[in-house]
Amino acid sequence: MAYENGARENVTYRLRVNGRDHDVAEGWLGESLLYVVRERLGLPGAKNACDQGECGSCSVLMDASLVCACLVLAASAVGAEITTIEGLSTGAGATRGPSATQGSGALTDVQTAFLEEGAVQCGFCTPGLIMAVHDLLDRLPSPTDLEVREAISGNLCRCTGYGRILAAVEAVAVGRRTVGEPDKPAPSTRPS
Amino acid sequence: MPVVVPTTLAGVFEALAADPHAHLLAGGTDFMVEVNFGHRRPPGVVALRAVSELRSWRIEGDQIVLGSGLTYADLASGAIASRLPALAAAARTVGSPQIRNAGTLGGNVATASPAGDTLPVLVALDASIDLASAAGLRTMGWAEFFMGAKKTARRPDEVVTAVRIPVIDSREDYLKVGTRNAMVISVAGVCVCVDFTNRRVQCGLGSVGPVALRAPEAEGWVAEHIDWNARAVPDPRTYETFGSMVGAAARPIDDHRSTAQYRRHAVGVLAQRALMRLV
Repeated sequence: MAYENGARENVTYRLRVNGRDHDVAEGWLGESLLYVVRERLGLPGAKNACDQGECGSCSVLMDASLVCACLVLAASAVGAEITTIEGLSTGAGATRGPSATQGSGALTDVQTAFLEEGAVQCGFCTPGLIMAVHDLLDRLPSPTDLEVREAISGNLCRCTGYGRILAAVEAVAVGRRTVGEPDKPAPSTRPS
Repeated sequence: MPVVVPTTLAGVFEALAADPHAHLLAGGTDFMVEVNFGHRRPPGVVALRAVSELRSWRIEGDQIVLGSGLTYADLASGAIASRLPALAAAARTVGSPQIRNAGTLGGNVATASPAGDTLPVLVALDASIDLASAAGLRTMGWAEFFMGAKKTARRPDEVVTAVRIPVIDSREDYLKVGTRNAMVISVAGVCVCVDFTNRRVQCGLGSVGPVALRAPEAEGWVAEHIDWNARAVPDPRTYETFGSMVGAAARPIDDHRSTAQYRRHAVGVLAQRALMRLV
């Protein structure tokens, strides 16, 4: 990042990420939330690719709303509840840095479905897509094909061709219905 | 005081008084791209994200008043979408779900990009803009507010707090051309509003001029060719003529996204198609 041209203003602020408060002590005013979670908080799950909101690989939840972390000014996210891929399953977390959340590392149903359906190839887009799919299915438990496609339209995947990702979403939707409401009709009878 | 996150409008004015050169940050979807690529180094930022009073809407007399903090996602569904279908359609074409959850109406208005998706709609619907500062509130019509590409009449101490849209009996739509459905900056966009209250047609064009434009000749002509009692167009040739007149009103340029020639053509086709959908 081209932060070298000029003096660096040091700022201190507190972010709430995955249910924990983190003090950011040596940030630069213009750092994105993506940069801060990856480089300062040791949470590398959100990926950095385009830095302009095009690819969705940095998707996180901010106050329960799916956003691109690269387009959030980290210092302006004070007071917001931020969830990264590491915080999705309760107590889980792929951990690296000293301040990262430690947990069991258990996978969510969406993560499991991505593995079982072969929706992961190189894996770079996967955290962003998992965030987008959780966001979709929490809002719309039985999405139509069009709703699924619209929900993941901001997440680019260059490996899979999306077919297996759509299959994984379908598998989760069916799985959640089967667990929650066994009498619900099968997916083929859903409106599409 | 590099980054301030006030929770009230009064707090915003206070922060701006303390740091008059601070950048007002709305959804960040334009601003952060410039910062990430090192094109902008803000001396200070006043973020509007936590000012909840800006994220509401109300009916005030014969106007719908939309708070500037409403996101594209807020505009694209629910009660606002059913009252303002063209604005909802335009909001739905913006970016992706992630962008629509962050980007705001006020940000689109204050940034005043030639390709801003809500702007052709606001221009077609004769919107006016509320500008608030410590010195008071003023409301300005769109024609006065939008001065050029990324240029508005907003003073640095002012905040775009709301957009006012007249309540009318209308049919309206927004159509846009881009290279794909999602994550695309408009190559050409058109809002057509058939206003049954005032028996007129209003047409806003986007990405074909430095600011969103109207097409007054096309609007005046087509109003004479609508059967207002039947809410129909008796002569089907009207649509094509309307489209070419709208194309003639465009002031497009060649750039990295498209050519002036294609933009003029596309804006005419979109206008024709929108009118066919509406009457």
